[in-house]
Amino acid sequence: MTDQIIAVTVLGDDRPGIVADVTGALVGLHGNLEDSTMTLLRGHFAMVLLVRTAVSLESVEAALLPLSANGSLVINARVLGDSALSEVGGPSYSLRVHGADRPGIVAAITGVVARNGANIVDLGTRLGDGLYVLIAELQLPSEESATGLAAELQETAEELGVDVHLSPVDDDLL
Amino acid sequence: MTTGTITWAMPELPRGAVRAVVRAPDPVLSTPGEEVDPTGSAAIELAADLLATQLVSPGCVGLAAQQVGVAARMFSIDVSGHAKTRTCHGAFVLCNAEVLSATRKESGREGCMSVPDFTGDLARARRLVVRGQLPLTGEWVEISTDGFEAVALQHEIDHTVGLLFLDRVSGPHGIHPRRTYL
Repeated sequence: MTDQIIAVTVLGDDRPGIVADVTGALVGLHGNLEDSTMTLLRGHFAMVLLVRTAVSLESVEAALLPLSANGSLVINARVLGDSALSEVGGPSYSLRVHGADRPGIVAAITGVVARNGANIVDLGTRLGDGLYVLIAELQLPSEESATGLAAELQETAEELGVDVHLSPVDDDLL
Repeated sequence: MTTGTITWAMPELPRGAVRAVVRAPDPVLSTPGEEVDPTGSAAIELAADLLATQLVSPGCVGLAAQQVGVAARMFSIDVSGHAKTRTCHGAFVLCNAEVLSATRKESGREGCMSVPDFTGDLARARRLVVRGQLPLTGEWVEISTDGFEAVALQHEIDHTVGLLFLDRVSGPHGIHPRRTYL
């Protein structure tokens, strides 16, 4: 069997050792970890990791099963196809939004981003005591599209009563 | 800790009153400040109140007018005694301050009394020259500093133009909860 990429998602109550347990189980399958993201969301540990392995999906699931047996972690695994490259290859921009929490901030802001043909490559949100913060990295279709996107974001931000800042990401390539 | 080349002295201000510190998302924090007349009585009172409020706020090394609800270009700073401080100009207030040069950017993590739930990762210059006016006399002064005082000055000048550290966070993973949610 040729190597395939299996995506493993893990969600559960935080405790020391979750990453060590999950990755330890995968090492036992001779799996190789590729890209991953792991973070703490309000006391819940969340991770998505891609593992390249020659073993079957069923073997991966079986190896991880003991970790979810006591119900503290929910673990899913699925086979991914070849990675689909985004068609948007323009400049990177940083988007920062903050304001009073209300339903619909993310939907409205990302709707503007989508309508302008920009691709979200990374996004995080945090809720404080009434304060909502959204930070994202975007790939724009072109440098010229930044002006229109910024104007439309500003308009939507005013309707939502939030602050928005869009700025180019400076890469210092050495 | 070193002392910068100081050719000026912070004027003695009347005793200030402690004002309430506002928190995001209060719109005043996003409002660019008006230029102030540093010799006017309102500005002198505000300057004294900023110093008084900063003094009673634990861990506070700087306070901008916006943080006490006034959209004005004024802030107080005092990084003396802070572990990360190198050059230090003591406790002072600047009005209508602007950055003249900012170099040697480094990443760090900072917080803000007006954003009590989060800290953020961002790059700030560690060598800085600013100019601004002292309250009471209105004297223009130029301040060259480094390290923590440079970071604090940039943070406060940002407040005076309506910016929070949230507006400069380095990326989607650069915001961190400041206390544990259980």
